[in-house]
Amino acid sequence: MFAACIDPKSIEGLQWLMCYLTTGKHFDFYWSFLTVLTLLAITAPVALAFGFAGAMASRSRVLPLRWLGKGYTGMVRGVPDIVFFLFFVIALDQGIEWLNHQVQCPDWTDPIRQGLEFRVCPEAKVPLGSSPQWMHKLYGFGLAILTFALVFGAFAANVLYGAMQAVPRAQLETAEAYGMSHTQVFRRILVPQMWVYALPGLSNLWMILIKATPLLFLLGVQDIVYWARELGGAKTSIYEYPHGDWRLYYFLFLLVFYLSFTRVSEIVLGKLTARLSRGQATAAGEAMRKAGI
Amino acid sequence: MKKLMLATALLALTAGASMAQTVRMGTEGAYPPYNFINDKGEVDGFERELGDKLCEMAGLTCEWVTNDWDSIIPNLQSGNYDTIIAGMSITDERDKVIDFTQNYIPPASSAYLALTADANIGDGAVIAAQVGTIQAGYIAESGATLLEFATPDETVAAVTNGEADAVFADKDYLAPRAAESGGQLVLLAQEVQLGGGVGMGLRESDTELKEKMNAAISAMKADGSLNAMIKKWFGDEAVVF
Repeated sequence: MFAACIDPKSIEGLQWLMCYLTTGKHFDFYWSFLTVLTLLAITAPVALAFGFAGAMASRSRVLPLRWLGKGYTGMVRGVPDIVFFLFFVIALDQGIEWLNHQVQCPDWTDPIRQGLEFRVCPEAKVPLGSSPQWMHKLYGFGLAILTFALVFGAFAANVLYGAMQAVPRAQLETAEAYGMSHTQVFRRILVPQMWVYALPGLSNLWMILIKATPLLFLLGVQDIVYWARELGGAKTSIYEYPHGDWRLYYFLFLLVFYLSFTRVSEIVLGKLTARLSRGQATAAGEAMRKAGI
Repeated sequence: MKKLMLATALLALTAGASMAQTVRMGTEGAYPPYNFINDKGEVDGFERELGDKLCEMAGLTCEWVTNDWDSIIPNLQSGNYDTIIAGMSITDERDKVIDFTQNYIPPASSAYLALTADANIGDGAVIAAQVGTIQAGYIAESGATLLEFATPDETVAAVTNGEADAVFADKDYLAPRAAESGGQLVLLAQEVQLGGGVGMGLRESDTELKEKMNAAISAMKADGSLNAMIKKWFGDEAVVF
């Protein structure tokens, strides 16, 4: 990056460190932080949407829909995350390719499963074998988001379901007495009031989601933990910047990152709780009313 | 808007179909000097140079992909990439599930690396090896206790921090580690011959690609350029064809 870094073996001290920290590989490391943050930024709302849909289905008056909602939360919550990440993603990937295969190559006669191999026609590969690497990465990232959202959506569904049940019945009855329809009661009374009950559970989920991001590596997405391990490992002089086993420093850095990230989240969630408690018929809301906030 | 996005996505997905065949080369990227990720963040090493040369000779466009060693065979089978070029020794066990080209590195020695030259490697010793390697298989059948790690670097780290008595791996990987440890690590004199040399792994159904690669490797063996490349990366004492 800098002109002085052309011959890293001849420089020393701080300058060496500067050059070392600005290698292309380190930029990959820095980018991976963005990958993780992007994943969180997309997964959280999607998981919340899945959770909301799951919770709504669970308390639906239509029986099959209720089964669907309960089945989703029950199944996904009961399966260990790691199994889900290893099995579901492969199944999903192969499922997509199988469907695509049926559409694109109806004349294909070879069996798709040949022993351990999974072979669809080349046109049906998603993404195509010939597409550039970034497309493969984007596809992997998409699968990761979907998997995370499904897993965390199931937990969120249960939290939101509980929160919806926790809204005092009297509030809903009053609304009904005013002549509101079921949909109106749901939209105007239930949903605005349930968040305060859901927030502790949801904030837990958010914290767990932050800490679950290293699972990304299982899905082939090169996340911060992968790069910390790769960069921290001892390097012989075949590399431009040889060094000993520096994993400790890299992982300490990750520790600081995760701790500060969860700390910031805690502060924001605390503020959000206070904001949502205002004017609510809960103990916290009552305390705020008495204190005159 | 939605339709437009869908259309562009589909177009992007199908646009590649008309291009020349791209072969995706799968490697581990953590086993210098065979393959590693250099400081620019690119795949580098003996196998990178060899792979690029073979692709050029066979008239293929190649793209490099890294994958965890642990899942490198399953991901080949499910089609995430088309070849494994990751210092993988040809063994009967692996040959049952995937196909190999002829070897591009002759059968070479595996060696032990330990803190002292008289370290115990027999009964009761704890030996570190990378999971799923022929070396790990060898240790499991010897009297020693096998300690497996996901990456080669971790196996060596296990010896330096005292977790294992020695690490057992390809000599070509361990020799530079010993040479640059400043006397902390020593290669033991005992060497073991394992496997049938290193070859490129392919899906069993990919016979066409296998023939192309085999032809290119034969050509490189015949004109001596493969030997020159082995010497460049593994030193002058390396075993050549």
